[in-house]
Amino acid sequence: MLVARGGRADDLVIRGARVVDPTEGIDATLDVRTDAGLVTEIGTKVDGNAHRVVDGAGLVLAPAFVDPHVHLRTPGREDEETIASGTRAAAAGGFCAILAMPNTEPVVDSAAVLGALVERARAEADVPVGFLAAISKGQRGAELTEMAELADAGAAGFSDDGVPVASAGLMRRALQYASVTRRRLALHCEEPTLSRGGHMHEGAVSAELGFAGYPSVAESLMVERDLALAAYEGQPVHLLHLSARESVAALEAAQANGVAATAEVAPHHLCLTDEAVRSLDPNVKMNPPLRAEEDRTALLAGLRDGHISAIASDHAPHARHEKEAPFEAAPFGVTGLETAFAALHTHLVEPGLLPLATLLERMSAGPARAYGLEPPRIAVGAPANLVLLDPSATWRVREESFRSLSANSWLLGKTLRGRARMTVAAGRVAFEA
Amino acid sequence: MAELRVMRADVVPPEPPPRRHLISIRDLSRDDVERLLATARSFERSLEREMKKLPTLRGRTVVNLFYESSTRTSSSFELAAKRLSADTMSIKAAGSSVDKGESLKDTALTIGAYDPDVIVIRHPQIGAPYLVARHTGAHVVNAGDGKHQHPTQALLDLYTIQEELGRIEGLHVAIVGDVLHSRVARSNVQALVLMGARVTLVGPPALLPRGIEALGCETSTDIAAIGAADVVYVLRMQRERMEEGANYVPSLREYTARWGVTPERLRPGQKVMHPGPMNRGVEIDGRVADAADALVETQVRAGLVVRMAVLYDLLTGGPVGVQAAAAVEVA
Repeated sequence: MLVARGGRADDLVIRGARVVDPTEGIDATLDVRTDAGLVTEIGTKVDGNAHRVVDGAGLVLAPAFVDPHVHLRTPGREDEETIASGTRAAAAGGFCAILAMPNTEPVVDSAAVLGALVERARAEADVPVGFLAAISKGQRGAELTEMAELADAGAAGFSDDGVPVASAGLMRRALQYASVTRRRLALHCEEPTLSRGGHMHEGAVSAELGFAGYPSVAESLMVERDLALAAYEGQPVHLLHLSARESVAALEAAQANGVAATAEVAPHHLCLTDEAVRSLDPNVKMNPPLRAEEDRTALLAGLRDGHISAIASDHAPHARHEKEAPFEAAPFGVTGLETAFAALHTHLVEPGLLPLATLLERMSAGPARAYGLEPPRIAVGAPANLVLLDPSATWRVREESFRSLSANSWLLGKTLRGRARMTVAAGRVAFEA
Repeated sequence: MAELRVMRADVVPPEPPPRRHLISIRDLSRDDVERLLATARSFERSLEREMKKLPTLRGRTVVNLFYESSTRTSSSFELAAKRLSADTMSIKAAGSSVDKGESLKDTALTIGAYDPDVIVIRHPQIGAPYLVARHTGAHVVNAGDGKHQHPTQALLDLYTIQEELGRIEGLHVAIVGDVLHSRVARSNVQALVLMGARVTLVGPPALLPRGIEALGCETSTDIAAIGAADVVYVLRMQRERMEEGANYVPSLREYTARWGVTPERLRPGQKVMHPGPMNRGVEIDGRVADAADALVETQVRAGLVVRMAVLYDLLTGGPVGVQAAAAVEVA
């Protein structure tokens, strides 16, 4: 399901890093050796052989990250992102694999469109990419795509992300058919008749600024509907970019009742609230919107206790001229591949709100499992998917620093602590700084 | 949960525009408002003369950039600038390069290239004045941005109340109607609360924005709540909000029956204000609009001197009350 351009594996010995792998239960200063794309030895005083030796002293070596929610804008908006630029950005952010959403122009709703993307990824993807296909043709919410054929053609999952599956009847049919495709349905939960026209969270800030509101209940109502349908059909679902505390509560209740539901949360929803919209900066405009402090803390609590098992950047590149507009005229979405770890490390780990190991797990094994992918591990015999992190690196987010073709980041001008020094994806050094 | 708080001040971009623009009532302190009202008062005296023009802003250029139709606001700004001897230029969206799809940023850069001293902008989108402020060196005055703010309207309303009732602090003002879509209501709530008035918003539930009480006002869906107010401020009921399927209220007829301001719903002595243009027979009964207690024309006159005060204040940057008076004397 994941494809990347080929290339020879780099044989490495990474010495003396603090190796943290929550899945394997490792947190110790160790050496790690890779051979031909696999981890072959973990220990102290590992023989360097003729391998390239990397000094890991003072750094953290972890399973590389998996981003389950990226917009690569290809096909259609290659001015905003391409498979090449998006995967370069992913590698720089410490990711060894990403999943791309199908809301492109045209929509990825046929094996032909998907096949072309897979071909292109084989030629230019710096890290492995999985492509989701649409649930409904054209993401119009009326007819199912040919999901079995799309699954055979390599679809990593199905989603109408960007828009909800408004019809409960169609949602049910998609769930029924998912038992045939055996691919996860990833759901953008939004009740359109409640969110229509909304530019930000409905609350005191929208009341003051005058923006039409996009209330929390527009999300949580759809979360409840989709969880009820998933329970009824006995199918797993993955909930995209949760933003509201009511959604977290609904997720917890469904999980307690045995529904196989996973969920993701985006860094901006964990770090910001609707207060940030007072700046009227279009780079804090996204769907779902930034919500209240109580929502932010509920999302963080859900992430810590594991009800929300994945962090997703929801990397959504936009052309500069489209974001350089009044807030209402600007499109929804912010970039995040190159800042996700640094933002969460700075705002959550350093202040002691989230253990480092939990962050690493939610950025790697958590999202992989949500889509039935093999979690990256630091274990002998496992594929070498490694990220070497410098937790004390201090850097300022600048437009020029992005490998992404777009710079619509909510962190522009901010100083962050922590960044990737080296990313090994499928055995290859995909990034180093 | 207390430990879950992050350093919010650190992550919220806290960049208020510099004080030399007038974009939101939030930009103003109580002292600023008092200074502006005092300046307006001194200009009002100057208008009683036969020779109404003051030389104060001679050589300055004021550009009016209007992306929405407006009669009273654009004419009031234009006249205010002319009374102060500034050069004025008016650009309307219709018939300009905006019609050809030019972005607001490019229009701002184009106008900015002439180095105007002030750009007065009205735009249908929230935050448009900030964009113009970022891309030009001019002082920017917000003449209405979407549903966000209309600060000079609020200032002229404060001026009107001050002149008619002698004070603002401690008064009770009821604002009636479509608060949800009203930049006038937002600016007025902030301005009135800033000056120590009590504000009650009255209207149908779907037209009272959820969370608006955080501005320090009260809300009621019962028109009887206007009975206790010193001033009843009637908002324009915009017909375009009544489009099919919107269902803010079941019908305009039902709105008028429930929330229309009629003589029967007022007590003697209550002052009535309206930002115009009025829909007689919809939000306001014609008898109310024509009664002696209606201050609608006073508001329009106040608009001129208040906008003169705003232009003067931005361009002279002074401790303005005294200097404005001096300027009047010289003239």
